[in-house]
Amino acid sequence: MLTLKCPFTGAMLDETELHCGGEAHRKRFGPGSSDEDFETYMFVRENRKGVHFELWLHAYGIGKWFIAARDTETLEVYGTYPAQTTEPPQDIKDAITAKRPGWSWREFE
Amino acid sequence: MSEPISALNHASYDGIAKVEECGLQGMITLRGDLSDKVLAKAVKDATGQKVPGQREALVKGDTGVCWMSPDELLVLVQYAEVNAKLADIAGALSGTHALAANVSDARAVFRVSGPNAREVLGKLAPVDLSPDAFQPGQIRRSRLAQVAGAFWMDDAETFRVVCFRSAADYVFKLLKVAAQPGSEVGFY
Amino acid sequence: MSTRLAKQGRLIDRSKKVTFTFNGNSMQGYEGDTLASALLANDQMMVGRSFKYHRPRGVVASGAEEPNALVGLGQGNRFEPNQRATTTELFNGLTAVSQNHWPNLEYDIGAVNTALARFLPAGFYYKTFIHPKPFWKHVYEPFIRQSAGLGKAPDKDSRDADTYEHFYAFTDVLVIGGGVAGLQAAKTAAGSGAKVLLIEQTAHWGGRAPVDGGDVDGMPVDKFVEQLVSELETMGNVTMRNRCMGAGVYDHGYVLGYERLSDHAPGTQGPRHRLWRIRAKQVVTATGAIERPLSFAGNDVPGVMLASAMRDYVVNWGVTPGERVIVATNNDDAYRTGIILKQAGVDVLRVVDARPTAGPLAEEARALGIRVDPGKAIAKVKGGKRVKKVAICNQEGIGGAREEVECDAVAMSGGWSPVVHLWSHCGGKLIWDEAQAHFRPDPSRPPLGANGEGFVLAAGSSNGPLALPEVLTNADAAGKAAAKAAGFKPKSTKAPKGESMSEAAMEPVWLMPANAEIGLRMKSWLDFQNDVKVSDVQLAAREGYESVEHTKRYTTLGMATDQGKLSNINGLAILADALDAEIPKVGTTTFRPPYTPISMGAIGGEARGEVFQPIRRTPMHDWHDKNGADWEPVGHWRRTYAYVRPGESVHDAVNREVKNTRENLGLLDASTLGKLIVKGPDAGKFLDMMYTNMMSTLKVGKCRYGLMCSENGFLIDDGVVARIDEDTWLCHTTTGGAERIHAHMEEWLQTEWWDWKVYVANVTEQYAQVAVVGPNARKVLEKLGGMDVSKDALPFMEWRDGKIGDFDCRAYRISFSGELSFEIAVPASQGQAFWNDLMEAGKEFGVMPYGTECLHILRAEKGFIMIGDETDGTVIPQDLGLHWALSKKKEDYLGKRAHSRTHMADPDRWKLVGLETVDGSVIPDGAYAVGSGVNANGQRNMIGRVTSTYYSANLDRGIAMGLIKHGPDRMGEIVEFPGTDGKTYKAKIVDPIFYDKDGEKQNV
Repeated sequence: MLTLKCPFTGAMLDETELHCGGEAHRKRFGPGSSDEDFETYMFVRENRKGVHFELWLHAYGIGKWFIAARDTETLEVYGTYPAQTTEPPQDIKDAITAKRPGWSWREFE
Repeated sequence: MSEPISALNHASYDGIAKVEECGLQGMITLRGDLSDKVLAKAVKDATGQKVPGQREALVKGDTGVCWMSPDELLVLVQYAEVNAKLADIAGALSGTHALAANVSDARAVFRVSGPNAREVLGKLAPVDLSPDAFQPGQIRRSRLAQVAGAFWMDDAETFRVVCFRSAADYVFKLLKVAAQPGSEVGFY
Repeated sequence: MSTRLAKQGRLIDRSKKVTFTFNGNSMQGYEGDTLASALLANDQMMVGRSFKYHRPRGVVASGAEEPNALVGLGQGNRFEPNQRATTTELFNGLTAVSQNHWPNLEYDIGAVNTALARFLPAGFYYKTFIHPKPFWKHVYEPFIRQSAGLGKAPDKDSRDADTYEHFYAFTDVLVIGGGVAGLQAAKTAAGSGAKVLLIEQTAHWGGRAPVDGGDVDGMPVDKFVEQLVSELETMGNVTMRNRCMGAGVYDHGYVLGYERLSDHAPGTQGPRHRLWRIRAKQVVTATGAIERPLSFAGNDVPGVMLASAMRDYVVNWGVTPGERVIVATNNDDAYRTGIILKQAGVDVLRVVDARPTAGPLAEEARALGIRVDPGKAIAKVKGGKRVKKVAICNQEGIGGAREEVECDAVAMSGGWSPVVHLWSHCGGKLIWDEAQAHFRPDPSRPPLGANGEGFVLAAGSSNGPLALPEVLTNADAAGKAAAKAAGFKPKSTKAPKGESMSEAAMEPVWLMPANAEIGLRMKSWLDFQNDVKVSDVQLAAREGYESVEHTKRYTTLGMATDQGKLSNINGLAILADALDAEIPKVGTTTFRPPYTPISMGAIGGEARGEVFQPIRRTPMHDWHDKNGADWEPVGHWRRTYAYVRPGESVHDAVNREVKNTRENLGLLDASTLGKLIVKGPDAGKFLDMMYTNMMSTLKVGKCRYGLMCSENGFLIDDGVVARIDEDTWLCHTTTGGAERIHAHMEEWLQTEWWDWKVYVANVTEQYAQVAVVGPNARKVLEKLGGMDVSKDALPFMEWRDGKIGDFDCRAYRISFSGELSFEIAVPASQGQAFWNDLMEAGKEFGVMPYGTECLHILRAEKGFIMIGDETDGTVIPQDLGLHWALSKKKEDYLGKRAHSRTHMADPDRWKLVGLETVDGSVIPDGAYAVGSGVNANGQRNMIGRVTSTYYSANLDRGIAMGLIKHGPDRMGEIVEFPGTDGKTYKAKIVDPIFYDKDGEKQNV
């Protein structure tokens, strides 16, 4: 039963207030895209033991989406940040590097 | 116009805390840029309050304004005035990107009061309601057992609880169970 | 015999007698007794039967670890099976019944299994109940079901009389366990100013220490406990709860506490159990240790008991389980039992100590005149329903050269195992302690919290140390460390100084005697409840079960309701020995929450009866209820399926509503349909992405039916969109769809197009919406007066704001029935009044309310699709012939890319058609159409399925829609639908519009 800090309200949220939206920072491929790109966008997901970026929605609450950078192995939360971005903020990346030097996740490292 | 009726028409219950449906409350959902001066003026004109900060509820009686999210406020006005105030706000914001909607009838409002009020809410919402964590002037949107709800404190022993109108009956019954005699927790 | 002693009993009040019954026999105990102590005081040695062999079972422990003394407690609406007598506080009027026997406890037919034991070894069921295959259903399954389960389920008509609740508590430090370690840890943690919650599963503070004795800071330990408790009680930052068990430790400091508020006083006002849902920055587990049984033949005979438990019964409750006792041990601690029994006047015949030399406590025992036999073992306990004799032999050897001693009770101790359950629940790791022969928490590998650091600290004997001085210093340090880790500065105080008699080292003894012959091993019990013996585990090892997890499941070791609290370590030591492996290499099975079983009521909390689930109500809900509503759940909403009049069946009511709405006037409560306002400079662009058709070009004042697909191309919702003004649209969703589609829109706006200027608000419940439907719809609105609703003023697929009667409203000229139809939205607070006026004014026009089934039939007669009937998450608009709703002008919309995948464009996809049964009957819901040939499994090939099927009163025949392979190209063909009723339904493929094909009725 996780607890995550909401970057919008500053409150610690209980997992039962939240809805997990799966992998974060996906790039949309629409009409005209290749089958390969569309398949990756639609169906291929990271499933890491270790550093992971996930979308979370404060469903019972303010209704806003944010992203949690966390470790699926240790359950450590490196940080949360609003979903309105295409890549993790530098301070989050730094926090991960401090704990997991040499980490990488998709195109991020 | 026919006489409007709130969801539970002032139902009430006395247990380890008093639970009352508050009756009709004028409510306007206002979405927009909360740092916008035009919006701030519209809020001030409607409620006499400034734009609340993160998780703030600035409410006096049936008038005030609550922070609902970084781009949403809940404006509280008297029920009879809601159409006029909504028109004023909409007028003031006509040149800005914002959305104001009357949600007075879409919601139900409860008052939970008494020395055990914190405990009653603490049985239903996964929120730290100890006095050092939650105070009058703060609002929290969370879960009341299985439905969404928002609450703030009017004073040290009184909560105002807002939920969807369709869930009013459920929330009232929930609050009754949580306030049943003999269920004091003694934690706070 | 077991009996009450004249003196002793620190927990009982001899001035307060308590009457209870066991198997119908009235018995007496004292206030402060547990059910177990009271049963023993009444010489009730046998209290139940074991699961597999139905062997007589007596009380073996004194606390939560008890595997044997399980009873059915209470009566009627308060009956509960499998309750541990050792943790049940006695109260006046308590009724208990023993379990797992027939016809009664003394004479049990099932006990024949014990005679057959040699034919029922581990894995018997797996090996036997396989062949022949046909036997499974009619022979084996009924047999296994008959013998499954220990206690009796409550009567099917009874309903739990009690209430339950949850409570969310947040604390800096949570201390689990209120023994000396927990109390001391709580005190030092609280001294830092941290908020501390201390929970203890029993009704008493101090744990074992007052029984085991010793001094702290120069005072007897029980006085020290008293002082600690009163100190903690005065601290404002400490909350103490007894009768509250730490049930489970989960991620990020989440812990469940199980508080039993009125189990000791049933019927008390308020909830019976409270489940504490605790979020703690740091958790200290001070959960103590559990004594291990010794494995010798007949160690399961009633009267054989853990040495510590026997001591508890004497000191705490003034009960001795026997008058002539033999103590068997591999450590010094069990001598305390001998000494305490002797001091209480009980005849302690001898201490059988498996070690070659005994320690300092042995000297004290000898000084009291107790005979001590080093190097000896129990070869066998004799007796059926109670202990009669013990055969003693050398520990080294196979158990020959026995000496028999008559006695009536045996106290056994195989050493102590720390209670590491809560440490382990969330990933804390263990290390093997050679000296104590037990697993204890590995402080370097604790459960990790949100910050990547450990959040659990073990304290006291749950951390390994068993002697009072070390327990106290360890707990003191744990309390301080927890406070520090929670962000507080602990005071630099000295740990209290404990003193207790020094002990000689224990020696691991996993089998008694060490090389016991097979006859003895087949009678040496590991798991008392599930009847697992040393020989079973050895058999499993011989058959190739090397993993402890597999052996557990094969033998059922540790799978009983006690989850192996007594049996696990002994069992895996036997396994390790059989595999010739080190114990730590074999490892433990997984510790899973809850620590002991908790009630289903506590798990459910408030969610029962009226508040089991939210029921969403429209403003007219009560009216529907009073007017014959047969309710249908739609999501959490309740909608009226049909309004049933006296004397009518539901089916009659539906048919009446269907005809009346087409012929006269029907009213539908449509308030549940979702209403989302979408506003902003980019709202049109946004809706063009959300819907498959074009919404940006919709003119103000007009409505358009729209389809929504997921990005994967499948239909997810539909509804009518109205353009309110230049930058505002109002989108209707399906009844179940308002929250879902609102969230869907927000997700795209927040996670993909966050730079688009669009706001969405869900105003569904602001309005009561009534569909006024039928040839007389306009007449009734005109009678109420107000806005012009004529064909020219309010044409089909347009909307207007105005007044009808007294009501401010928005009127939509839309139709889901094919009839002349208006949907009128008024403020929810006036919904009932508006409905009343419509019913009153509609009388002369034949008004009747109609429900969702009528709605469904009317739309099916028109061939309109319904999300959730024609769609199931695998259906695309093209399957339903809705190509017209897919904009070709738009470059992009959700689902467009997916629609160009090859599978989506496959001409073999099943497509929507109408189905008309040849004989007019109604095809069963969900029926599949079959074609020629069979598939790889020998089943007939399927070529389609029914999606909607109804009896149409207007057409007086069955009508249906379905998805059929190449359906639209096969008009007029007959397809077959085999029903589960054995009949085959033949239907002709037709156009899905059955009624008013040209749409003349709605356009008047």
